[in-house]
Amino acid sequence: MSPSNILYLGLKELRSLIRDPIMLILIAYAFSISIYTAATAMPETLNKSTIAIVDEDRSPLSRRIASAFYPPHFVSPELITRAEMDARMDAGLDIFALNIPPNFQRDLLSSRKPTLQLNVDATRMSQAFTGSGHIQTIINAEVRAFVQRYRATPQLPVDLNLHMRFNPQLDKSWFGSIMQIINHITMLSIVLTGAALIREREHGTVEHLLVMPVTPFEIMSAKVWSMALVVLVASALSLKIVVGGFLSVPIQGSMLLFLCGTALHLFATTSMGIFLGTVARSMPQLGLLLMLVLLPLQLLSGASTPRESMPELVQLAMLAAPNTHFVALSQAILYRDAGLSVVWPQFLAIALIGSVLFGLALSRFRKTIATMT
Amino acid sequence: MTPHHGSETTEPVAVASLSDLTLRYGDINALDGITLDIPAGCMAGLIGPDGVGKSSLLALLAGARTLQQGRLQVLGGDMRSAKHRRQVCPRIAYMPQGLGKNLYPTLSVTENIDFFGRLFGHDGEALAKRSARLTNATGLTPFLTRPAGKLSGGMKQKLGLCCALIHDPDLLILDEPTTGVDPLSRRLFWELIDNIRRDRPHMSVLVATAYMEEATRFDWLAAMDAGRVLATGTPDDLLEHTGTNSLEEAFIALLPESKRYNYQAVEIPPLQSDGHKGADIAIEAKDLTMRFGDFTAVDHLNLQIQRGEIFGFVGSNGCGKTTTMKMLTGLLPPSEGKGYLFGQEVNPHDLATRRRVGFMSQSFSLYSELTVVQNLTLHARLFHVPSEVIPQRVAEMLARFDLNDVSNTLPDALPLGHRQRLSLAVAMIHRPETLILDEPTSGVDPIARDGFWNLLAELSRRDGVTIFISTHFMNEAERCDRIALMHAGQVLATDTPANLCALKGSDTLEDAFVDYLMAAGAGEQTGSNTSLPSERTSPLDSQAELRSNSGLHGWRRIFDPRRMGSYARRETLELRRDPMRLTLALLGSVILMFVMGYGITFDVEDLTFAVLDRDQSSLSRDYATNIAGSPYFSEQAPIISYEDLDRRMRAGKLSLALEIPPGFARDIARGRQVEIGAWVDGAMPTRADTVQGYVRGIHAHWLRTKAREADYGDASGLAGLLTIETRFRYNPDVKSVVAMVPAVIPLLLMLIPAMLASLSVVREKELGSIINFYVTPTTRLEFLLGKQLPYIVLSALSFLLLTVLAVSVFGVTLKGSFLTLAAAALLYVSAATAMGLLISSFMRSQIAAIFGTALLTILPAVNFSGMIDPVSSLEGMGRLIGELYPTTHFLTISRGTYSKALDFADLSASFTPLVLAVPVLLGLAAVLLKKQER
Repeated sequence: MSPSNILYLGLKELRSLIRDPIMLILIAYAFSISIYTAATAMPETLNKSTIAIVDEDRSPLSRRIASAFYPPHFVSPELITRAEMDARMDAGLDIFALNIPPNFQRDLLSSRKPTLQLNVDATRMSQAFTGSGHIQTIINAEVRAFVQRYRATPQLPVDLNLHMRFNPQLDKSWFGSIMQIINHITMLSIVLTGAALIREREHGTVEHLLVMPVTPFEIMSAKVWSMALVVLVASALSLKIVVGGFLSVPIQGSMLLFLCGTALHLFATTSMGIFLGTVARSMPQLGLLLMLVLLPLQLLSGASTPRESMPELVQLAMLAAPNTHFVALSQAILYRDAGLSVVWPQFLAIALIGSVLFGLALSRFRKTIATMT
Repeated sequence: MTPHHGSETTEPVAVASLSDLTLRYGDINALDGITLDIPAGCMAGLIGPDGVGKSSLLALLAGARTLQQGRLQVLGGDMRSAKHRRQVCPRIAYMPQGLGKNLYPTLSVTENIDFFGRLFGHDGEALAKRSARLTNATGLTPFLTRPAGKLSGGMKQKLGLCCALIHDPDLLILDEPTTGVDPLSRRLFWELIDNIRRDRPHMSVLVATAYMEEATRFDWLAAMDAGRVLATGTPDDLLEHTGTNSLEEAFIALLPESKRYNYQAVEIPPLQSDGHKGADIAIEAKDLTMRFGDFTAVDHLNLQIQRGEIFGFVGSNGCGKTTTMKMLTGLLPPSEGKGYLFGQEVNPHDLATRRRVGFMSQSFSLYSELTVVQNLTLHARLFHVPSEVIPQRVAEMLARFDLNDVSNTLPDALPLGHRQRLSLAVAMIHRPETLILDEPTSGVDPIARDGFWNLLAELSRRDGVTIFISTHFMNEAERCDRIALMHAGQVLATDTPANLCALKGSDTLEDAFVDYLMAAGAGEQTGSNTSLPSERTSPLDSQAELRSNSGLHGWRRIFDPRRMGSYARRETLELRRDPMRLTLALLGSVILMFVMGYGITFDVEDLTFAVLDRDQSSLSRDYATNIAGSPYFSEQAPIISYEDLDRRMRAGKLSLALEIPPGFARDIARGRQVEIGAWVDGAMPTRADTVQGYVRGIHAHWLRTKAREADYGDASGLAGLLTIETRFRYNPDVKSVVAMVPAVIPLLLMLIPAMLASLSVVREKELGSIINFYVTPTTRLEFLLGKQLPYIVLSALSFLLLTVLAVSVFGVTLKGSFLTLAAAALLYVSAATAMGLLISSFMRSQIAAIFGTALLTILPAVNFSGMIDPVSSLEGMGRLIGELYPTTHFLTISRGTYSKALDFADLSASFTPLVLAVPVLLGLAAVLLKKQER
């Protein structure tokens, strides 16, 4: 093995990327506008939820309840009739429809325990649960306040003092921006190495390297370091300028530690890219393989929904993906200011996965290299 | 007046006239103000070095490239006018440079011909007849089912000719049709052209060639250099004018003084054989054999090359030369037999031997992104030339190969001759003892070739470098010390050129080689039937048939379903020949559906929590147990201190930490206000929100229970005030799968179809077959729709498969109208594939298309289309994208039909955007797609 070969071959890879302006524009887009759009689009869990109210009571209390729903959690409720309710929910216009029955206020004050009906569109899973909880809390509070004007209800002596740590406002753009960067890191590193390998195959330049005194290990290592460096720089800039600057997300932890983790993750994903590049025989095949690999990596690594609620089997299988650990360590470092003493298991896991992927890719690369022309 | 072939009154004397035609690529003038009339009805040739603009000129004539400056009339009309181009392109046939560049390698001979035939409006029996006639004439009949990619070089060119002639063109443009083809096939090719011309005397043929000896048979020649025309006339005119004996000499004489200045005729002193011959063998092959499947590329090949010798390898493309060279350099492990370098067996892992060899491969065109000096330096470093020697060595190479003037230029900006010199310099940078050169001079002009050979001679005779070179040029083969004639994986003969001629009693080496080939049975295989059968229908008949078919009338000129069908059929065939892609598309969707349908869930459960209990009373423990008892939380080891709390939360081990203050039970009993501290990990806001909701609810519940138990005041009063009855509609069991599956289907039907379609156009751009779109009457819409159709069908299949799975395996009931869902799905996959085509139309490279497609589909489809968060709750740009993105609307339809039992009437509002998306996306793609190369 010759480190200088790895160095110079890697520089060659960088030079060839610099001469591909469309790729550079796409990379810039991916790590700026795309991140920004994704982060700012993400609503809080309950943001502008649509609610409609069928007010059959038309009492001061029912009006009070209706006025308790306001932005940003809810859009101002539509007052509709019972007949409209089904059609509106069918069309997906309202996620919630609250039905206040006739004589609600009177029954309440005379302790007849009236029933409110809350209809929830359960196909909108993310909002259905939290939303219905919120709505119940709001109604209870309004009703309690209303009733207290008529008779005293004793206060309970135990308070629950809730603190949100690490993200007091539960601002989703903090979460979204960084998870999006992670997604793009994975996507770009696989494309850069995998597709570049196939392009070299289709243009016959791999063969040229093979007659020179360079080993497949050197060729592959050169690709890994150079492309990982590109992604690393892009993500560092994005984190500093887009996330820290434009989105003003307060990054808690050490950037350096995070970038070390990123470098390790890139070692794994660039190796994965090369592996895919040796499995696919042509660019169209690689494109499909890419989709097949990227989607689970993005959706099941804990970057979009919490891992602990996934089925056991999925959780277990996803432990083999570098993303799972990378997402965990990014969250720990960037949001919770965790140090290496806390995140070392993730570092270790990624290093292990990376080594296995690198080894697999190298052995496939060696095997398929003869047929690569 | 309709232009009619053969009516001499309307046919101009010149088939094409150029005036002041100029073409620039960046700073380089490819064509520099050319004014020229190319005579009609004869065989006209363009001769000259590579990179002088021959190919550019032919591409302009064929309408494949956009005119920049000057005027160009072809077949009596202005090529600047799109209308004229559309009218004449059925009368022009263009065969671009490069063996089989415009053919489709996975399609068979017949399928290739049929594809072109349909583009020109032929069909059914007429097409079959035409195709049979041409394949018969070219001797391809025995190979009709063989994929084009597996044909030999000569056969590929014949197939290219068949495809070009299928529509009886009036102007046949051939760009270096015989480069890379062996002498016998070359002869047969020209005989074939002569026969065709005999049959169709009015057809004009325009050929660019690098073989001067071929040019002697043309009726008219234009000698070109540096984007200008040096001279025109018959070959005899040119010889007479320059007072030379051969075209090669004539051409050199025509060159401006400055270029002739450096010219030296090649003279190679005889090889000094030193006494101990035999012992000094540089390269040796013993029974070297290579098999690819059941195809034997190299069959028990034996040869010995002496040190310092120039050894030539002559044979057609695909006869095994390149494979042999690869085995001898260790690139390919042989199936059988052995190769030796410097007396040692070739070992691919032996890097030391590689350093003693320089290899220049046929396909390699240097690193186009590095300058001349950077290329040399990189190779010097890779070959471990000591770094202090590198600058001096690079300077030496620049001087020796005369590259000083261009040292900071990129290779692509150099003429081919310079590039070849640079390649040789690169192969020589580490001073190897042996050079293996695979067709280094293909496509290089005579002067540059001679310059190249002078260098080789010097290397061999002065420095004692062994040179193993393959070539198609017989005059180059004659310069070798010894040559091996190769055919079909076997060496036919090895000897000095003079001896080979003497053995066959022929005057030229070419004749000798052809004799050897005939003896080996090559003639029978490739071209037994070179004359056109006499029963052929008269050209005028077929012409009439063509005219009526190709439809000069009406809408068919703008949109002909047959041309679209031809593209669709071709795309389908290619897809069918690539089972891996089919499998990935169908099976991939299924796998993803499983993974995501089960994997993504919004039921937040098993949240980790722990308690810092500083009271340790039975009441405080009761509070903790109350939370642990809920299915949403799972209790972890108790927290022992604030540090412990902090550490575990930072590590993400706890989603919720509770602190129960000291004196908790006592204070409650006394009715004093107490406060339980709760910390929620806010790193993942959705989860934090859920935790917050749960813990509030459980807390309230605990209070009520305690109050009731202790009969503590009227605490139950509030809870008893009212009941809120929550009805989860459409999914009463609140199962994630039921909610997810109808959302995953739209996601998959966007990503995979878009990716399938997104490479279709850009791939043709990168591999060169896009030229067929440029020069045939195919319109943009026919091209795009033809490419799109197969992918729509495939995606529709995928939709059906996913629907069946959803209902049978996932147990999601389709409550609404299947027809509505299916109709929407069809529209939706059309939109998704159209989006892929749109990306494909403006991207230049496949790699950018892949990245672009992933970037432009995954994020909007996953995040902005309402799969997780409803579009109405999104903000900013994401909201806007979400409103416009097709996935949003199909998602509404999918959820509506699956879960809400809706039908078309309820969902018509979501159909409108889908119906609009398809023409808008396709229209954009058509606008961005260029009908000519720029």
